[in-house]
Amino acid sequence: MTEASPLRYIPHTRDDVRRMLEVIGSPRVEDLFTAIPEELRLRRPLALPGAASEQEVLADLERLAAANANARSHDCFLGGGTYAHFIPSAVDALVSRAEFYTAYTPYQPEISQGTLQAIFEWQTMMCGLTALDVSNASMYDGASATAEAALMAMRVTRRSKLAVSASLHPHYRQVLDTHVAGLRAEIVTIPRGDDGRSESVADFVDGDTAAVILQQPNFLGVIEELSGAAEAAHADGALLIASLTEALALALLRPPGEAGADIACGEAQSFGVPMAFGGPHLGFLATRAGLVRQLPGRLVGETVDTRGKRGFVLTLSTREQHIRRERATSNICTNQGLCLMMATIYLALLGRVGLRKLAEMNLAKAEYAKARIRETPGLKLAFSAPTFNEFAVRLGIPAGEALARAQRAGIIGGLDLGLHAPELGSALLICTTELNRKESIDRLIGILAGGGP
Amino acid sequence: MSGSDHPSRDASQIQSVGFAYEEPLLFERGAPGRSGYSLPGLDVPEVDPGAILPADAIRNDIPGLPELSENEVVRHFTRLSTWNAAVDLAPYPLGSCTMKYNPKLNEKIARLPGFSAAHPLQPDALCQGLLELFHRLEAQLAEISGMDRVTLQPAAGAQGELTGIMMIRACHEHRGEKRRKVMVPDSAHGTNPASAALNGYDVIAIPSGDDGILHPETVEAAMTEEVAALMITNPNTLGLFEEHITRITEIVHSKGGLVYGDGANLNALLGVVRPGDMGIDVMHFNLHKTFSTPHGGGGPGAGPVGVKEVLAPYLPVPVVRELAGGGGFELSDDLPNTIGRLHGNFGNVGVLVRAFAYILSLGSEGLRRCAEMAVLNANYLLARLRDTYHVPYDRQVMHECVVSDRNLRDFGVTTLDVAKRLIDYGFHPPTIYFPLIVQGALMIEPTESESREELDSLVESLLAIDREAREDPPLVRNAPHRTRHSRLDETRAARKPVLRWRPELSSD
Repeated sequence: MTEASPLRYIPHTRDDVRRMLEVIGSPRVEDLFTAIPEELRLRRPLALPGAASEQEVLADLERLAAANANARSHDCFLGGGTYAHFIPSAVDALVSRAEFYTAYTPYQPEISQGTLQAIFEWQTMMCGLTALDVSNASMYDGASATAEAALMAMRVTRRSKLAVSASLHPHYRQVLDTHVAGLRAEIVTIPRGDDGRSESVADFVDGDTAAVILQQPNFLGVIEELSGAAEAAHADGALLIASLTEALALALLRPPGEAGADIACGEAQSFGVPMAFGGPHLGFLATRAGLVRQLPGRLVGETVDTRGKRGFVLTLSTREQHIRRERATSNICTNQGLCLMMATIYLALLGRVGLRKLAEMNLAKAEYAKARIRETPGLKLAFSAPTFNEFAVRLGIPAGEALARAQRAGIIGGLDLGLHAPELGSALLICTTELNRKESIDRLIGILAGGGP
Repeated sequence: MSGSDHPSRDASQIQSVGFAYEEPLLFERGAPGRSGYSLPGLDVPEVDPGAILPADAIRNDIPGLPELSENEVVRHFTRLSTWNAAVDLAPYPLGSCTMKYNPKLNEKIARLPGFSAAHPLQPDALCQGLLELFHRLEAQLAEISGMDRVTLQPAAGAQGELTGIMMIRACHEHRGEKRRKVMVPDSAHGTNPASAALNGYDVIAIPSGDDGILHPETVEAAMTEEVAALMITNPNTLGLFEEHITRITEIVHSKGGLVYGDGANLNALLGVVRPGDMGIDVMHFNLHKTFSTPHGGGGPGAGPVGVKEVLAPYLPVPVVRELAGGGGFELSDDLPNTIGRLHGNFGNVGVLVRAFAYILSLGSEGLRRCAEMAVLNANYLLARLRDTYHVPYDRQVMHECVVSDRNLRDFGVTTLDVAKRLIDYGFHPPTIYFPLIVQGALMIEPTESESREELDSLVESLLAIDREAREDPPLVRNAPHRTRHSRLDETRAARKPVLRWRPELSSD
């Protein structure tokens, strides 16, 4: 190591090092590592390239970035848990303020009120959107939020059985399976009916059931009947968990809390968070007031300072791992702070009117696409039940071939359902948002029907 | 009160606040009909939701969302931002959190559309750049840690711990062994026992020795064939290197256990010593600590996990594979003994991209330089504070040092008071009251980012606070004095939780 090497992120000069070593009373930097037994020390440099200049790193990464299709280079009709929505410029401008993104967890409330107030605003807006009483300060993603909701229901009810819709996002189901693998838990699957909704929920609930878990709209885009499921769950003392992958649906659909859900959870990436190949995204979890002590994750509450002035602090932390250790409600430590900030800014910008209009536009685009599909020979909508901005369509040609043709036309044409719903035959899950123009929808449908290119 | 009749500042405030702005909640601002968003014209037929969806499936209104123009939203959040301490404003020596500088280049790179606007379900052929990046980053982390394989999927250190313990459990189960316990030292982070408990394990707390480190005899006494794993943090939370690590891992291995390494403090070891060479079988990396990705006000982080070959069959899916013959890369679920999936997609990719750029920027020598200067900084702080502050374990430290309030208790001044007073001097306080084995701990981690001048200023501030504590205790006890809020009543917040805004509950 040459001590004078010009590493732009490390300020120490040779003279600084010398003067600091003098104060410490050590002749050399190496002497600071004497606690490490000799035989353990690495006797060679790490086998990594040498330091690189800013322009070299940028060039390397620009090359890698250019090798990925994305929602700007292509017309993207992929949804399935991650949604291409327009992000207003103010969102990135504001989260690029270093006071937000270079801060950490607001452990010291007197110098973290910016973060704390924004979290309190997020909690408030999520309560309004879900019609529930308490929202936490975010989870890693929709899948882990759903798994945490299931564990929470098991704690609340002291039961170990989960009745899970077959139309829960397959990745969410896998994450749930992974989380309960080490616990004494049983999962039963609620089947999908012919119209695309979960059916006979009551048949899968009994006195051992902790929760019924439905996705709203479900993985295949279909809007579920939550209130019926809530009745079925509550009749046997189980909770209803409504999991959402497309939080924008909250602006249009009857809120989960009003429909009888005890926990609403899922993914809020749609609220101004970049797709970023699937993360970081923004899990959310909201519940009724009576269940707050079993809620995982951080919470911000209102209080006053010694002069009586309103302020905000992290609260009810006796639920959390740093206090309760192995008896905590979860091992979660961080939240998705900056993604929460993006979503809070996004919701503030769109507001009461804008969010609803956006949801209606998403619905209108999907309804247009569905109407075109209905009149196109060779294509058939997979389900009759209503949908929001995503739906499944059966093709007359192999899905892989249709997607390859779309790709040649600069279109990412949807998700091949062959793996996730093989009973549909050749089928795609297609999502339309405000980013998909009518011409592009028309083009996609032409290609799916077997047309060029 | 409703949003429309609540002025954001009254006349008396306008005269008194200068540029230290008060700012109400979003819901106390704005007016009905405002919006900060514009949609393009609808190019498809308009749809009445009531005609498509059953009446009982639709909501009418979204109560509680604000109505504001873009400029009002921008001013709101810009003002809020000015109330935060941040690494870009001042040193943030929060122990165990490694609050190093977050390079601007990495922010720019993460925003390239090929990274930020890529969809996680797009076909492998359309995301080769990302898959190559993952492949290279896995290899870099494996080399840095001395582990054989790496998964990038866990979204945070705590999720990495969960992943690691799940793999350990899967490994024992695969061997047909039923082990029910996990050993965790008493100095460990709270996430360690919580992660073990989430896997259904009973947690055994292992005491540290009088010298602050773990001793082989203690581990040997607790180690049985019922113990699945030892979770160990090295350097530990006192900033001390676990000198007996090799002997300790041998003891655990000899009875069939595995060793989990908490990578929270990896910054001290970069290029100097590797967890994989100390007998660690599985560990997580905190990319937001060691590899400079921003802490974001509490996240997102990323917690990749490295494993030795013994645990490789249990890695979460999907895994990244390089195809033969230069055919590029694929994401594959084909791993028969996998523990399954931990994340809805591939992990916190935006964080992975930043960490990758950081490793490229620093290179082999630069990473070692981080460890050296981080350790130099911590030892320098300790050397300058030792004569004034009580040092519970006074030994050579690695990347952080722990002092306590013992010398100040006679004056009625506690660690919390010192922390709050440090705010008045323009520093974010250290981590306080952790590790739990030190009463009144102040855990100080300067990182390599801080210059000698900044450290001197931090030391002078702490020395001044010690003098103040002796001469004018109330000054310290009532700190902070230079913030927009004085001390906040956390007890009240917990006793009568107000977790959302309601017009009738507003106390402003």
